Amino acid sequence: MSSSKSLPIDISNLSKSYGLVKALDDVSLNISAGEFLTLLGPSGSGKTTLLMALAGFVRPNSGSIQFGGQEVIATPPHERGLGMVFQSYALFPFMTVAENVAYPLKVRGVSKSDQKIRAERALETVQLGEYGDRRITQLSGGQRQRVALARAMVFEPQIILMDEPLSALDKKLREHMQIELKALHQKLDATVVYVTHDQREALTMSDRIAVVNHGRIEQIDTPEKLYRQPKSFFVADFIGESVSVPIDVENNSAKLNGRKIISNQSIIQGSGKHHLIIRPELLEVISGAIPKKSNDLSGKVHDIIYQGDSVLVIVQNKKLGLINVRVPANRAGQTGLPSRGEKIGLALHPEDTIIVPEHLL
Amino acid sequence: MSSVDAKFIDQSTQNINILKSEERREAVTIFGLSLPAVLTILIVVFLPIFWLSSLSFYNAAGELSMENYTRIFNSALYRRTFVVTFQISISVTIICVLLGYPLCYWLCKLPDRTAGILMVFVLVPFWTSVLVRTYAWLVLLQRNGIINSSLMSLGVIDEPLQLAHNLTGSIIGMVHIMLPFLILPLYATMRGIDTDLVRAALGLGSSPRGAFWRVFFPMSLPGLFAGIVLVFILSLGFFVTPALLGGGRVQMLAQRIESTITVYSNWGAASALGVVLLLLALVMIWLMNRVFGLDKLFMR
Repeated sequence: MSSSKSLPIDISNLSKSYGLVKALDDVSLNISAGEFLTLLGPSGSGKTTLLMALAGFVRPNSGSIQFGGQEVIATPPHERGLGMVFQSYALFPFMTVAENVAYPLKVRGVSKSDQKIRAERALETVQLGEYGDRRITQLSGGQRQRVALARAMVFEPQIILMDEPLSALDKKLREHMQIELKALHQKLDATVVYVTHDQREALTMSDRIAVVNHGRIEQIDTPEKLYRQPKSFFVADFIGESVSVPIDVENNSAKLNGRKIISNQSIIQGSGKHHLIIRPELLEVISGAIPKKSNDLSGKVHDIIYQGDSVLVIVQNKKLGLINVRVPANRAGQTGLPSRGEKIGLALHPEDTIIVPEHLL
Repeated sequence: MSSVDAKFIDQSTQNINILKSEERREAVTIFGLSLPAVLTILIVVFLPIFWLSSLSFYNAAGELSMENYTRIFNSALYRRTFVVTFQISISVTIICVLLGYPLCYWLCKLPDRTAGILMVFVLVPFWTSVLVRTYAWLVLLQRNGIINSSLMSLGVIDEPLQLAHNLTGSIIGMVHIMLPFLILPLYATMRGIDTDLVRAALGLGSSPRGAFWRVFFPMSLPGLFAGIVLVFILSLGFFVTPALLGGGRVQMLAQRIESTITVYSNWGAASALGVVLLLLALVMIWLMNRVFGLDKLFMR
């Protein structure tokens, strides 16, 4: 499927309000050709509105959307040439699997024989080669998902939009489909814009993630940068597990109850208080003295919870309250876990120390 | 240990009987609850139908004969009644579809609240007596009624149009009475259509017109067919409106039955007509089911 050439998407100053609610607040975003970009945010953040504006189903109040340098803001949906996958799959129930997949070809006036060949090929790509004659109602959720995918890519679109396509599947199948979708994207020459509220899904699949909140993009970065160097409290809190503690920042140095907190990252200026973000898996349990170069979060063991793949140790720090520490289950099994009430040393290394402002400026 | 086991097995066999009797009691209760309705239907619906059909095999002299049926098929007057009945029923159904489908489609595009308020306007006349509504139409449609007088004062027409006391009047009145029967099932079906389906069709390259005919329209067919069957079958046996607005010039089947009893007090002949009407309705339902495949459409 290399005859199509993926297109870049350029969004600038896009706004949309519903009454007093700003669903999109001056959003600008450049997506490279062939990129897998995820719009991640809680429900009501505006991520779906942004996707629907790209598709042409939501008419923005102002701004510009360009596909490969072509302005499309006033182009009706059916002339935008997009592949789309919906949360509900939106498969036509009165058509067979093959008829569903051939639909985009049919409306484009492709010959009957070509429709058949290309629909079959698309179904094979999603491993449903034998299912063409089935009715949609005879398929499982995962199979329907694949049909929707085949239908979205059968006409080799340059851009594919996906609106939470995996949210209706159970956890195991969802994780499997994430890997499959990612592999599929590498085969297709298409720019993919993907909407989800599942941060792990976003981290797994994306080239870059745009975190959306209150109709604005809080941060856009690669999954690793987003996780390790969040720019605002919202991003740090929304992605990954963490405990946050408000801290004082003065002259570019952070202090917690009078003690200096060392971080390798420069402190981002913003409005509101700053927060220290403590992720459970980034803390190190240390038996001896805490090294001078690390931040000391030692305390007494409050509770120990076995979670299968890991063990969650909840530590009571005198000044910070309860802090979660995640210990891999294998290591815990080898070295023996601390017992309840025991004093343990906890170190937070400077390269893992995340300090974020409450709001971006 | 073994004594405990034995005790447990004892309890277990006892429980099987208890559970069985519970199940029986439940079945009896459910049957008992449906009994009044079942008896009512038997007495009020099936018995009279049976009595009526047996009456139809007796002639005016009280002798057992097929006279009543042969008359229906041989007399030109009766044949004319059947033609008029079908003519009116088909016209009413077609006009209801042409008026109702766009209305339902428009209601579906509106926000829930607005559509709900507008549906009340469909339902209020539905709740008003048929007699009241028919007389209201008579006031509007008659020779010097509101419609004729306003059209004449506007200079659109010179002579009053013949709107009442004929076929036109009957059809206008019946369309008004029947429209809700088409709108209600059709609207419910349209509301149930996932809007993402139409969006998917548009997103995948269908023009708005193509998305409507290829996706929305086929999805709305079960509701449309249900509405068509309701309107058509109800029209076949309709009495009040054609009797009043037809002005005696339009004789539908139900009116023929009425006059057979009140004028000629020939119960046998009237019963035969009733039986034919019932059979016609059943045949029509069966036919429509075959043609439209209603059962298949509903059981998706």
